[in-house]
Amino acid sequence: MRGRLLTVVLVVPALVVAGCGGLGSDTSDALVTMGFGLPDEHATARVAVFREANPGVDLRITEGAFDEQQFLSAVAAGDPPDLVYAERRKLGGYAARGAVQSLDACVREHGVDLGRFRDAALRQVTYQGGVYGLPEFSSVRLMIINNPVVRAAGLDPAALSTSDWAGMGALTDRLKEVGDGRVERIGFDPKVPEFLPLWAKANGAELIGPGARLDDPRVVEAVRHTTDLVARQGGWASFKAFRDTFDQFGANNQYVTGQLAAMPMDSWYLNTLATNSPDADVTIVPFTDRDGRVLTESGGQAWAIPKGARHPELACRFLVTMTDTPTWVTAATARRDALAKAGRPYGGTFTGNREADERIFGEVFDPRGNPILAKGVPVVLSLQDKAFALPPSPAASELVRAWEGAVNRVLVGQQSPEEAMAQAQREAERALKRVGGR
Amino acid sequence: MTVSGREARAGWLFLLPWVIGFLAFTAGPMLFSLWLSLTHYDMLKPPAFVGLENYREALADERVGTAMWNTVFFTALHVPSQIVLALGLASLLRRAGRGSGFFRTILYLPVMTPPVALAAMFLLLLNGQHGAVNGFLGWFGFQGPNWTTDPAWIKPGLVVMGLWTVGSTAVLYLAALTRVPVERYEAARLDGASPWRQFWHVTLPGISGTVYFTVVVNTIASLQVFTEAYAMFFGARAKQSAEGDAALFYVIHLFQEAFGSLRMGYASALAWGLFAVIAVITAVQVRLSRRYVHYEGDRS
Repeated sequence: MRGRLLTVVLVVPALVVAGCGGLGSDTSDALVTMGFGLPDEHATARVAVFREANPGVDLRITEGAFDEQQFLSAVAAGDPPDLVYAERRKLGGYAARGAVQSLDACVREHGVDLGRFRDAALRQVTYQGGVYGLPEFSSVRLMIINNPVVRAAGLDPAALSTSDWAGMGALTDRLKEVGDGRVERIGFDPKVPEFLPLWAKANGAELIGPGARLDDPRVVEAVRHTTDLVARQGGWASFKAFRDTFDQFGANNQYVTGQLAAMPMDSWYLNTLATNSPDADVTIVPFTDRDGRVLTESGGQAWAIPKGARHPELACRFLVTMTDTPTWVTAATARRDALAKAGRPYGGTFTGNREADERIFGEVFDPRGNPILAKGVPVVLSLQDKAFALPPSPAASELVRAWEGAVNRVLVGQQSPEEAMAQAQREAERALKRVGGR
Repeated sequence: MTVSGREARAGWLFLLPWVIGFLAFTAGPMLFSLWLSLTHYDMLKPPAFVGLENYREALADERVGTAMWNTVFFTALHVPSQIVLALGLASLLRRAGRGSGFFRTILYLPVMTPPVALAAMFLLLLNGQHGAVNGFLGWFGFQGPNWTTDPAWIKPGLVVMGLWTVGSTAVLYLAALTRVPVERYEAARLDGASPWRQFWHVTLPGISGTVYFTVVVNTIASLQVFTEAYAMFFGARAKQSAEGDAALFYVIHLFQEAFGSLRMGYASALAWGLFAVIAVITAVQVRLSRRYVHYEGDRS
């Protein structure tokens, strides 16, 4: 009896533990990625190029959005993926913390010409002189204006400008529709806090970098200007509640329904509009600073190799292939053909690789007469090499959190712009000190 | 070996899997986090001992004050509203007769909704401009608030959302109500007690043990509120809630420090701070229970 009892008590937990150990599959010989998915031909065709050139490599794409916690935990546990796909602005922080490897040797061995990457994109993945990632897609920010709404207000969409800050309030008042505490139309959406770096830059201030301060009077002025625009359109609570009802990715989006007159937006949205509402009557122009100069911010992702990756050489080969010009052209062609089968236009692929973009828009681009693409794509292309980007920082996440939190506190009326940005500066200093001291 | 000794040994052997699990997955991590709370640790470099620095910083951190206030405010609204509504529903269920089983199932079904799906659904329902809740209020001539974007209404909105899962508490109350002896109501009625006095002097003392249990459990759960608020106001990409700090609850702040800023030491100190707060509140509740909670067969 006692023997049987002992067997049950000891064997059952042993089986449970053994069962747990068998959940994972051995990936020691596989090339494993993190943060990358295979949603369309841009991904699948490029992966196919790599597989074809490296038939012996067991490539495993772990699909899903990049998760910082998952990534850093894996690095800390000594079990990282071979490749990570993440926003470029995060890579500086990972480089400073030693979570990703320098790609200098990889770039040298494969003869990668870094000059073909756009300057802003390359700067974002360069930390203390070393390259820590290779840029992938590249988006810029521009103005998308709803023509019927603006014309109905007696204004010329092409003349709508973000340079005249003093006049933007009155302009917004003419375009908005607010009554009885309900917002029926947003006249101008400044897209803060997300676009604060663009507004600050338009006023001549940087948010990250040597000498940059979040409580810089020019930053404070940008916060006041943008939050005032929101305040005069029903206040943040009503403004955001109304904006949350937009069918942003559908056929009844805010441009079709007339719920929005104008806003700055990321360039990828042009493809969304062109696909879902090709007849939307919009004007696409560059964002301009207070002196009327064209200004845009660049963003996008990059590939990097984590510290402790098991197959750094294979990983290097993979990211060089994925960002190479012929690979991009192959992917763009596959994407165009797939869209053509569905009778849809192909609006091009905007990458961090200048050489690839030249070939894609010279050889593959197929707008099929779509007016949004016909108007928008030349604007995007003209902006790509004029863009600025947030420079890498070891405390990038904390800095973004500090200024976004500050703008939100102003939006909801908790603090004045001066108080909010002073607090943000204190938080930023603490974050930088922590990272620098560690 | 005596019989009782053999039984004790067998008992411990049966307990062994649980003991191992407890030591490995609860006590061990707790002790490790206590150690981490005395260090700077960013997951990539080894922990560096800093004494009580993290605790001192937590006391001076303005966001900790905001987060704690939000959490306590939410708890003070959430726990009583849960209990009152659950008790009301349980009383109705008790009168449901043959349909009781059906209604009990219906009432409990929402509890099984995944929290993130619940948050997404309530973002639509509670939208201040075009949400169904304000549409309903509009039928009666009320203009509802901006539940999800006005800082003053975010926590009440979350309380309303929390009532979605009131079924779990109501089912417990229903079980407790059925255990209150019928003779006591008969005696109260003979004495001329009104329905309210019957509830106050018979029902409530009769279910006070269950009420006490739900108060303690709901208080602890409310002080640890995270998933729904995070999904609604912080999301996957947002670094910061767009509604200021109104939805910054304590565990959300802890999570941001741990996984946004990679400050595992500081986050561990915050976790122990919350543990201390919960321990104190629970101790007060235990003390109060001696006066207000009655158990069957209790002679004290």
